[in-house]
Amino acid sequence: MTSPIAPDLPATGRIPVKPRAGVWRRLVKRPLALIGLVIVAVVVAGAILAPWLTGYDPNEQMFDGLTLEGAPLPPNASFWLGTDLLGRDLLTRILFGARTSLIIGIVANGVALLIGTLVGVTAGYFRGWIGGALMRFTDLMMAFPALLLAICLAAVLQPSLWIVAMVIALVNWVQTARVIYTETSSLAEREFIDAERTIGASAPRILFRHILPHLLPTIIVWGTLGISTTVLLEATLSYLGIGVQPPTASWGNIIFENQTYFQAAPWLVFFPGAAILALALAFNLIGDALRDILDPTQRGRA
Amino acid sequence: MSKGATSKRTGAPAPAVSVTAGPVLEISDLTVSVRGEDGERPVVSDLSFSLARGETLCIAGESGSGKSMTALAIMQLLPQPAARISSGMIRLHDMDRGDIDLAVLDERRMRRIRGARIAMIFQEPMTSLNPVLSIGRQLVESIEAHTGLSRAEARRRAVEALKAVRISEAESRLKQFPHELSGGMRQRVMIAMALALKPDVLIADEPTTALDVTVQGEVLELLRDLQREHGTSVILITHDMGVVAEMADRVVIMRHGRMVEQGTAADIFSRPQADYTRELLAAVPRIGTGVGRQKSAEQKSVEAEMPGSVAVVNDLHVRFDLRGGFFGQVNRRVHAVEGISFSIAPRETLALVGESGCGKSTTAKALAGLVPYHGDIVIGGRNLAGLGRDQRKAVRRDVQMIFQDPYASLDPRMRVGDLVAEPLLIHGIGSKEERSQLVAALFERVGLSADQMELYPHEFSGGQRQRICIARALALRPKLIIADESVSALDVSVQARVLDLLKELQREFGIAYLFISHDMAVVENISDRVAVMYLGQIVEMGTRDQVFSNPRHPYTKRLIEAVPVPDPARRRPRFARLDQEIPSPTRKIGEEPPKLALKDLGNGHLVAVS
Repeated sequence: MTSPIAPDLPATGRIPVKPRAGVWRRLVKRPLALIGLVIVAVVVAGAILAPWLTGYDPNEQMFDGLTLEGAPLPPNASFWLGTDLLGRDLLTRILFGARTSLIIGIVANGVALLIGTLVGVTAGYFRGWIGGALMRFTDLMMAFPALLLAICLAAVLQPSLWIVAMVIALVNWVQTARVIYTETSSLAEREFIDAERTIGASAPRILFRHILPHLLPTIIVWGTLGISTTVLLEATLSYLGIGVQPPTASWGNIIFENQTYFQAAPWLVFFPGAAILALALAFNLIGDALRDILDPTQRGRA
Repeated sequence: MSKGATSKRTGAPAPAVSVTAGPVLEISDLTVSVRGEDGERPVVSDLSFSLARGETLCIAGESGSGKSMTALAIMQLLPQPAARISSGMIRLHDMDRGDIDLAVLDERRMRRIRGARIAMIFQEPMTSLNPVLSIGRQLVESIEAHTGLSRAEARRRAVEALKAVRISEAESRLKQFPHELSGGMRQRVMIAMALALKPDVLIADEPTTALDVTVQGEVLELLRDLQREHGTSVILITHDMGVVAEMADRVVIMRHGRMVEQGTAADIFSRPQADYTRELLAAVPRIGTGVGRQKSAEQKSVEAEMPGSVAVVNDLHVRFDLRGGFFGQVNRRVHAVEGISFSIAPRETLALVGESGCGKSTTAKALAGLVPYHGDIVIGGRNLAGLGRDQRKAVRRDVQMIFQDPYASLDPRMRVGDLVAEPLLIHGIGSKEERSQLVAALFERVGLSADQMELYPHEFSGGQRQRICIARALALRPKLIIADESVSALDVSVQARVLDLLKELQREFGIAYLFISHDMAVVENISDRVAVMYLGQIVEMGTRDQVFSNPRHPYTKRLIEAVPVPDPARRRPRFARLDQEIPSPTRKIGEEPPKLALKDLGNGHLVAVS
């Protein structure tokens, strides 16, 4: 039974902030952000609905998919984006590839971002031996060739999409950690952080309520940059035979399989490349808009 | 253009000093506008004044009055592309070629005028010097660029210029880099650079605001001497009426981009015409007016009821290790605070004064728990050293802090209402509704309205933000508030109101203040007791009257003398310069600074004896 006199305090100890109800509404009001959202929606829908969209099997090598000389077909009425070297429909492969690439670009990249941010923030705020140890480890990771590390990890573990995603996350957090570390250590010097400490704020409170919001712009930029990096890293791993196993399609391995034929069949590289670019751009547009919307000092500015 | 036409416009009475000819610079109907989100907005409107040869004209006003914009407009250095001169003329009188209108001059020809004919020095000497070039190179290059002298010749001129600003060992100083010099030295280098080309007009934009008082005195005096020698006309832009009184022949008072009043310094100070000028002068803190702080009998009885001190500091040491060398071992130490002791009684204001680097802010930080220290800090009878983390947090509730810069000390991403509620939340006080009521009450108490709780810090002015900081500090009903230079960044009129608020709150809630400041006039106005710090130690401590009317330590005397008096009739006698700079508190390991012993001169007036 609750006491009628003292209404209970929220156990989490959060300040009652108005819910960010306006964020979505403000996001869709911006034309550029809307374009980004539409692109992401299209890619996600394409990935989910892939089996029903084209009527081809992504891995089926079709006789009518090649010319009589055995060369791939350019875009035409029956194969909208053309066919690849083995006579498979490119559009179907890109749609199925979106499944892999979205997982890599969003999950692997997201995990990398999370690790990088946590390491960077902790090292930047606490300094001392914790910070020193974390950053030396980061430097070590940076100096060690990421690809070699990924190969080692992938060789030890059984290759599967999720393992590839994890491997990519484990090698890709380093740059983020470095950048976040630098920014956190300069934020920690700001006077308002001292002011928080004088009112008795605990370290987690300062980190999550006062430092993290200021890091948002950086995190967003690194997050969008990471999409193309991770998608391409997955392609590299696939190419080396330790990533997604053929014939499973991913945007990266479509490019990798076909890049030597770029001059003869440019569409084979152009379309998956455009897909990666569009996805990264879409997240960038959304991220940009989010950064402005979440920054109160930008309020009221177009 | 005839001289007759120009001098007719000069309506102001001739100043007392020797003014040899007509105006060098004449500004008529100058309007500067800035393009913003909501169209163009004038920041300087219809400003007209003239500057006679050899004259010092002070442009005084509070922040946002357009005084700096005027200077930048003269130099054609307005921030591009937002700001522009929308109308008016800036005429520079040229002996050979007649008058030039700078407002319409193209960039190439303007470049030849900048530095050579009109030079400018800025507020922050560190940012106006290039940190990676030696001062010699910067000086020599600026001379070469304008004169076509040979390298050797330019170097000789540079040495001469440094000697003129009384920099010792000028030759070897040329090799030094800006960071190797103190603030005062850097500003002198800037002056040397500005005067090396013997310009007709020197524009100094808040040249001493970033400097310590004693250094400010020296720099101002230097400017005055150089002006007398070279006959340079000076436009001095300042918010400090004390500096105006010290330096000005004539004064232009500006507000909101418009001229409020102009006249000779004597007229402005003794017979101000405009209401605003009167308000501005009334708000200036003056030494010798700190009346009303004498304790009434009633207050004394309250103190008797509340025995014991709010805070006792005993033999406090704060040292920072500097690492160097290949293995990053500790090789030097900054002795920021070296064994100071004091106590603060309830309802008392103890002022800690001294110049930058004397350790006063470090003392505050140690007390607020922001830096590790040695020694004893006892708050409310409990020694912090012996307490666990939770207990320490509870004791710390009683000590709150207000920082210097109200722009930097509030998290820009939080609503101000949440910021003020935060201390309550952290210490688990009240329910959500109770907290928001409490915060609303606090807002009203510090002179803001409760509707403003939903806004973000950047939507407030500097004075309002400082009120928010005060509300935040008050939220936990502390026994002691540390105010670290809390009014230094504010305009005088705002400063006076914030000081009044602090005094009111003290009466109402019985708070004790540790008031840290470099400004002796403000300190005299608010404090009960004063402690003067020098190089991490207290050199003199006593009641306000003891320290201000009977200063015993030479450093205290210097500090008091250095404060510019806001009355041109009472310009101080020549200021005795120190032969050397204040020594650095950084020492090698094992090298302990000499410990000063304090002697009681009676009634608790302590003075260091050496």
